[in-house]
Amino acid sequence: MEHDLLKALFPTAPLAAGGAEFHAPSIEEFFPPVVLFEGTPFELNRIMIIRLIVTLAIVLFFYFGTRRMTLVPGRFQSIVEMGLDFVRVNIAEDLLGKKDGTRFLPLITTIFFLVLGMNITGVVPPFNVAGTSLIGIPLLLAVIVWFTFIYAGLRKSPGKFLRNSLFPPGVPWYFYIIVTPIEFVSTFILRPVTLTLRLTMNMIVGHLLLVLFFSATSFFLYEWQEAGLFRLLSVGTFAFGFAFTLFEILVAFLQAYVFALLTTVYIQLSLAEEH
Amino acid sequence: MLRAHAEEAAHNPLIPAPADLLWGFICFVIILALFWWKVLPAVKKLLDERAAKIEGGIERAEQAQREAAAALDKYNAQLAEARAEAGRIREQAREDGRKIIAEMREQAQAEAARVTAQAQAQIEAERQAAVTSLRAEVGTLAIDLASGVVGESLSDDRKAQALVDRFLAELESEGDKQKTRV
Repeated sequence: MEHDLLKALFPTAPLAAGGAEFHAPSIEEFFPPVVLFEGTPFELNRIMIIRLIVTLAIVLFFYFGTRRMTLVPGRFQSIVEMGLDFVRVNIAEDLLGKKDGTRFLPLITTIFFLVLGMNITGVVPPFNVAGTSLIGIPLLLAVIVWFTFIYAGLRKSPGKFLRNSLFPPGVPWYFYIIVTPIEFVSTFILRPVTLTLRLTMNMIVGHLLLVLFFSATSFFLYEWQEAGLFRLLSVGTFAFGFAFTLFEILVAFLQAYVFALLTTVYIQLSLAEEH
Repeated sequence: MLRAHAEEAAHNPLIPAPADLLWGFICFVIILALFWWKVLPAVKKLLDERAAKIEGGIERAEQAQREAAAALDKYNAQLAEARAEAGRIREQAREDGRKIIAEMREQAQAEAARVTAQAQAQIEAERQAAVTSLRAEVGTLAIDLASGVVGESLSDDRKAQALVDRFLAELESEGDKQKTRV
């Protein structure tokens, strides 16, 4: 069992016995074999275990970073504070103001660090796959955001929220025949869908690209034994793989920022007096 | 190959597996609870403390400034009071000095007057004594002389005595007249 677990966590590329067949990565990358609790809703595969490890890392990082905080921060506390300040000042308070920013800060902070942590495993060995590349977490977060911004709007003023969302002011009434269905779809359907797909697809594509470049590198370098001069291609594929690794770090941060920012923007639009 | 295709068809990346949602939800709840109940309150407390500390520092500085200003005012007031006091004392001293000088002068004048008066009285007394003795002697001498001249003793005679007195009175008035004339 333990052996299975280790093998599931740190898979090794099978060495083809002389056969020069290149396996392109497929969507099956994201459905690794189940390791524990097979057949139950608690099925654990590699990606689920990575998620749990990320969660543990976030808990430890912030638990120890904020356990004994001092007025004059030390090095570690400064880093933790910098991260939290980024979300608090640049996202929450900047868009929602001090009062509402503080109200929705736990959710926004959670989304930012959860998405960032799950994204970054896409380029961290030995995980090498993002916890957000399975649709579950993006979908879950999008649904939570959907409920949150509707709750925020209805709580503040149901009439104003529905009028602003469905009947934008400054439009002649007969246009509402077209505008209202569009607004409805864009606000209540497309928002969660785009949130979900933007994150999931970024992570899936990023992972597939990395797998493609690195498996091509290993294919050219040693799997294809009669490669000859084609072996030199491995230099190029590795360079691309490296460049895209750096790019994926950027994407990990960017997608976390975009998800948290859009959450805040949606809440802000729900709370706004007028559009 | 066929099996792989069947599996690929089974795994749609857009449809979440129950385990996917479940574990995602568990991770979300753990992290949300961490931030909501542990991390963000701690940070809020810290930020409040930091703000209070900065505000307290500003407040203390203002307090110190106010105290310094008050001390300066007090010092200036005291200085002015001391100056006024010194002025008053100087004035008083000058006044006292003047008074003392006046008193001394008065005393000296009185003393001088007294000395002068005494001297005059003494002179008067001495003169009186001289006049009296002179009168007696002059009378005797004159009678002696007259006796000699007339040849008879007039010493016991009352007429003779009266004559002498008259003579002397005339003499005196003569002298007084001369004095007034002078």
